[in-house]
Amino acid sequence: MAKRIDVSDLNVYYGDFKAVEGVSMTVEPRSVTAFIGPSGCGKSTFLRTLNRMHEVTPGGRVEGKVMLDDQDLYAPSMDPVHVRRTVGMVFQRPNPFPTMSIFDNVAAGLRLNGVKSRSTLEGIVEKSLRGANLWNEVKDRLNKPGAGLSGGQQQRLCIARAIAVQPQVLLMDEPCSALDPISTLAIEELIIRLKSEYTIVIVTHNMQQAARVSDRTAFFNIKATGEPGRLIELDDTAKIFNNPSMKATEDYISGRFG
Amino acid sequence: MTMTAHDETRPGGTGSGARLGTTGGTGTSTTPTDPGRRDLIESMDRPHRGRAIKDHVARIVMWGSFVLAVVPLVWILWTVASNGFHMITTSLWWTGNQRNINTTDAGGGARHAIEGTLIQAGATAAIAVPIAILTAIYLVEYGRGRLARVISFMVDILSGVPSIVAALFIYAVWVTTFGIDRNGFAVSLSLVLLMIPTVTRSTEEMLKLVPNELREASYALGVPKWVTIVRVVLPTAFSGIVTGVLLGLARVMGETAPLLILGPYTKNFQRDLFNGNMPTLPTMINEDRSDFALSTAAERMWGAALTLIILVLLLNLAGRFIARRSAVAK
Repeated sequence: MAKRIDVSDLNVYYGDFKAVEGVSMTVEPRSVTAFIGPSGCGKSTFLRTLNRMHEVTPGGRVEGKVMLDDQDLYAPSMDPVHVRRTVGMVFQRPNPFPTMSIFDNVAAGLRLNGVKSRSTLEGIVEKSLRGANLWNEVKDRLNKPGAGLSGGQQQRLCIARAIAVQPQVLLMDEPCSALDPISTLAIEELIIRLKSEYTIVIVTHNMQQAARVSDRTAFFNIKATGEPGRLIELDDTAKIFNNPSMKATEDYISGRFG
Repeated sequence: MTMTAHDETRPGGTGSGARLGTTGGTGTSTTPTDPGRRDLIESMDRPHRGRAIKDHVARIVMWGSFVLAVVPLVWILWTVASNGFHMITTSLWWTGNQRNINTTDAGGGARHAIEGTLIQAGATAAIAVPIAILTAIYLVEYGRGRLARVISFMVDILSGVPSIVAALFIYAVWVTTFGIDRNGFAVSLSLVLLMIPTVTRSTEEMLKLVPNELREASYALGVPKWVTIVRVVLPTAFSGIVTGVLLGLARVMGETAPLLILGPYTKNFQRDLFNGNMPTLPTMINEDRSDFALSTAAERMWGAALTLIILVLLLNLAGRFIARRSAVAK
């Protein structure tokens, strides 16, 4: 299921503003890659180009190439809707659909794309909720509103919703920053478990989290406000945190930043 | 307590290292050991007379405004209800019409006017609501640039058009240009002009309240934009949209100028929108007002007024019921 992402020389623009410049990287399948860096360094922006979510913002566009195995995500014939079915996303704040029950939330991606068979949906909903480590907590109240769950449960519900459409890649944009430490731990355990099936990319401000869950870590930085963000280095997580090649990375990791 | 003043001055947060395996610095305590901070905390405990007085004044002003707004409302409701109550408690009022009842005769029915009002309002809503909601969807979800700005401006202008001007416009098109007789549908068309801007604006506001995160969540599942709007955005905003539609409807149900110009009163039943004059509650009120000196007519006028208020109230209650049943889950 999982696929490799190959980015070459990617620039991201919002209107005339160049937000990210010259990023090239490879994200290995069945691994967790963490993006770290100061606020505004373009890591979230770059993450959103991996499933073309940046196009939702008016004026968002890219130059360069993103390959998912042998598929060019920015080929003219490529439909962004199709890209997003292949590359799922979990957001910073848990955002279950407020009008839908727990079941309907998980089934949403399939149902809104035309899957009607109740038995198919039931099977996938259970599998996804188990996959998101939420099944035991909600199996008796699948028809209750998803918004009634706790923040951590809501976020796992959103992960279940994202994996229900069986994507190849799972993007996570600071998935724990709105959660308490116990919920964060639950999500982190889930991420480690999910990497056997998915390619996972996670943006985080929490360096301990990057150290705990990721196999590889990418450090992004900006020179100054208004300048585009750049990828400084990408390496094995242990190397980034213990013996980074770049001075900027070392400074950021050790808190001597800015 | 082993904490020293030195600990207080250490810049918190930025200094904590984040090596593999470390759990970060524990937060420094806020024990007020340094004198400056102790002063600050004590000054916050001191009562602030000035602020308490301001608070009190603001409270009085707000309650005063509330009473000022409620007095006329209660007054109107009481006057209408006490004068009209007698009339609407007769069963003939809800079943009969005014045929062969002279102004000097007491009683009669209002069913012809109730039906006319409901039929016209229904036709108005059937035309105006789809146009208004689609316009709002365009403005919020799709509209960028010049066209959206022009449409938004036009909606503003339309909402400023006096009802009598809307009525005269329809008269000019319907009667003068096309030469068709005045009828209930012409009234509905003029009411459509009045209803579109209010419903468009209220729907726009409700759509803007739907968090962008929900749209993004849907897009991220590979759901096309139009499906996202139909299945995620509209259901989330549903209760607000319904409320807006009903408020718009309540407003046009009480409109009188277009009715006087395009739909003169008649005492008979008239259920055909496209044929002849259609009686309505506002025109019935107007008809009986012209003979207000006669207690028989005055009674009917109050009765019709109370009936109109009840209809609008029922409409609002129905709207709340619908909205609650499908409300965003708590």
